[in-house]
Amino acid sequence: MAAWVFLAAAAVAIVFACLAVVVRNPVLNVLSLVIVFFAMAAIQVIVYSGAILVLFLFVVMLLNLPRRRRLGKGRPLQAVAGILLAAVLGGMVLAAAAILPAELGAVLPGAAAGGTATPIGRALITSHLFVFEFITLLLAAAIVGAVYLGEREMR
Amino acid sequence: MNAELVPIPHTWVLALSAVLFAIGTLGVMLRRNAIAIFLSLEVMLNSANLAFAAFAYRFAAAHVAAAAALDGQIFIFFVIAVAAAEATVGLALFIALYRLKETIDVDRFNILRW
Amino acid sequence: MLDALWLIPALCLAGACANLFLGTLRAPKAVVTVVGVGSVGAATAVAYAILWAYLQQPLAVVVKPYFTWISAGDITVNASLQLDPLSAVMTAFVTVVGLLIHVYSVGYMHSEGNAGFARYFAYLNLFMFAMLLLVLGSNLAVLFIGWEGVGLCSYLLIGYYYRQLWCAEAGMKAFVVNRIGDLGFLLAIFATLAAFGSLEFETVFPAAAADPASFGPEATVIALLLFVGAVGKSAQIPLYVWLPDAMAGPTPVSALIHAATMVTAGVYMVVRANVLFRLSPTAMLTVAVVGGVTALFAATIGLAQNDIKKVLAYSTVSQLGYMFLATGVGAWVAAIFHVVTHAFFKACLFLGSGSVIHACGGEQDMRRMGGLRKHMPTTYWTFLAAALSIAGIPIFAGFFSKDEILSRAYAAGASDLNGFGDAYRVLWTLALAAALLTAFYMFRVLFTTFHGSFRGPEEAAHHLHESPRSMTLPLVILGILSVVGGLVGLPGQLLHIEGLNLIDRFLQPVVIPLAEAGGHAADAAHAGHGLSLATEWGLVLGSVAAAVGGVLLARRFYLGAGAFVLPKLLAERLPLLHRVLLNRYWVDELYAWLIVRPVRALAGFCWRVVDELAIDTLLVNGAAFGVELAGDLARFTTTGNLRNYALMVLAAAVGIAALLW
Repeated sequence: MAAWVFLAAAAVAIVFACLAVVVRNPVLNVLSLVIVFFAMAAIQVIVYSGAILVLFLFVVMLLNLPRRRRLGKGRPLQAVAGILLAAVLGGMVLAAAAILPAELGAVLPGAAAGGTATPIGRALITSHLFVFEFITLLLAAAIVGAVYLGEREMR
Repeated sequence: MNAELVPIPHTWVLALSAVLFAIGTLGVMLRRNAIAIFLSLEVMLNSANLAFAAFAYRFAAAHVAAAAALDGQIFIFFVIAVAAAEATVGLALFIALYRLKETIDVDRFNILRW
Repeated sequence: MLDALWLIPALCLAGACANLFLGTLRAPKAVVTVVGVGSVGAATAVAYAILWAYLQQPLAVVVKPYFTWISAGDITVNASLQLDPLSAVMTAFVTVVGLLIHVYSVGYMHSEGNAGFARYFAYLNLFMFAMLLLVLGSNLAVLFIGWEGVGLCSYLLIGYYYRQLWCAEAGMKAFVVNRIGDLGFLLAIFATLAAFGSLEFETVFPAAAADPASFGPEATVIALLLFVGAVGKSAQIPLYVWLPDAMAGPTPVSALIHAATMVTAGVYMVVRANVLFRLSPTAMLTVAVVGGVTALFAATIGLAQNDIKKVLAYSTVSQLGYMFLATGVGAWVAAIFHVVTHAFFKACLFLGSGSVIHACGGEQDMRRMGGLRKHMPTTYWTFLAAALSIAGIPIFAGFFSKDEILSRAYAAGASDLNGFGDAYRVLWTLALAAALLTAFYMFRVLFTTFHGSFRGPEEAAHHLHESPRSMTLPLVILGILSVVGGLVGLPGQLLHIEGLNLIDRFLQPVVIPLAEAGGHAADAAHAGHGLSLATEWGLVLGSVAAAVGGVLLARRFYLGAGAFVLPKLLAERLPLLHRVLLNRYWVDELYAWLIVRPVRALAGFCWRVVDELAIDTLLVNGAAFGVELAGDLARFTTTGNLRNYALMVLAAAVGIAALLW
């Protein structure tokens, strides 16, 4: 049964990812991405959808972009090359996935005992503390940078 | 979900990751709108997260006793955090660019050529 | 006492270093004289003390190793000196003659500046060091060090007056031609090492002598290669061309290096390696032929030269030819005997000519000399003694050594040595003819220079004077040696007296007997004693007749009332012959056209094409140009378009993924 769930979620993710990429209306793009994240995981929803994609929406609204551009217009050669390469790259990873022995994964031991969140949180604070703090700094730097960049007077 | 559910092979998740990555790449290559490129980039990052999850899932049994069992999951956190930081700064940049050129069509920003 | 063997060369080296230092200080000539002459004098004293101690014991070979020089895998070469009859004889006369010439040089070089004077003695001392190393070395490597050293000093001293281009060029010519021979010598060293695994004389020669059959072909190769070296160093055909040009150096240098010592190093080396030559009839014949032909060839050139030193130079080449002829017929002891007597009379002749040149104010052309007998009696009498010696007039030293060589050459022909009897008979006639010519040209020089009336410019006539004591004393000593020096080699077989030939007895151990297993007829060491008494006396009389005939002919041509009439007539009747001889058969010109020109062309090619074009322009400048070009082309990847960059990143990612795949 888990397999079906997975396949359904996967299908949704793929479809809406395509939509997110292809559709020319920026708002629709963002919203499609929200659905993708829903299809992928909960945390994605909270952080990604809740925070980041909201930010995206905000900027999109702010900039009031037109919708008319055609996909890949003006540089056909680049478009072709890009498609080819993307296909190759994806194909390679797919092939790798196919070659690997299809081991069955195991459910985390802590899952039965109160979810996977606790062990992860514990690991974050103990063995990966340094990176955790570093990420904190990174976020702070990003905020400062964004504030500075946006500081100039809005017309 | 309870523990009796039949788990799925991790290669399936990997395959999904590959497909999403390809889609995201296409988006980056083909869109002219900077924000759209960014969105596609997010898709790519997420597909990478999926790959991490797949492998963490696969090797969870092997590292049951050690703390290393959760490394893949932890890394996903970091990827998300970095993506957030990047999105923040990137969007601020786009706003600044828009103020400069009234457009965020990336093909227009080509002064730094030979 | 014998442990102090190293002192002999070392004292000379110390003198050289000291003089180099004194030269930079421009020390007064008296100091340099004491150091320069004193170091060689001390070396001579030490040498004779050691020889005295050596002779107290029964004759043996004494090897003194000092340190391990090369140790590479299987190859070990020691820096060691050897004292045996041969090196003893060589050391004995090299030191004495060297000392005499050092003393002579004090007077001769007096007009040089202090720095030049010190430089001269430094080089001369260095030469003594190298020469002594050469004759005292116990293996081919040490010998080679000395060999190269004397070549270097020869170059330095020939080019002593380096401010004149032709002197510097003469020095270079000597060095380059020597080098060609040295290549042969080096190859011989390698071959010896390969065949015998060692370079020590006491290892190689007894090994070869004990087993002649197995070393036959290697012996031929090594012997011929060694001879190539000897041809270069001892100025035989075809590498003799440097010796006449070497007369550009100061006359004492010509006396010491190019007459008495350095040029005889080749003979010494061949005699030292006599075992190898005896294993190879081919090599012996080659040596004999080259020696004999050179003897006659050089003598003919000497007939027509007008520069007194050039005549002596060609005479040296000719006499060296005699020495090699001796080795080629198996007369090893006779060769060394002639080396010693030649050192005495040739050095005397050269120093005498130096005295003459000094008196004439630098003039070397005999046509502008004459009548010097009245003004320079000591020089004249010593020169006469030496001339009689070289001509081979009996009881003078040269007679004994030259006669020994001639009789052994005849014996080689008569006994059909190694099956080449005909060749050896021809060589004997060549040698006899050369003896006649030697007597002739030597007395031509004597009569032209010392007799008759002075033909030079007026002002020079007033300056004609005898040389100072420092120059005449060595002349006298050498003159006496030229007379009595032959007494050590009296031919006892003529009088049926055994043991009269002292030098023969002394040097006999050097000619190691070959094992019978080889059965080589090449062991011609004793072939000479196969002649009958009558034949021996006949030969003696024949060579004396040739010598006397030469002297009389010269007297007819150049002495008295009819002096120079007949030579001039002859030159007019046979102009071609005269031109050929005067121009030295145009050998130098031939070499210049045949060898120097192509080498110059090659050098020019290497310069213009290889260096300037290929390396400079193509590689160096071309590399820079290529880099610049690449940069100019790579520029075009910076399109400024973001999506292009994204494409490039993607392409690279695909590439890396493919690599990791």
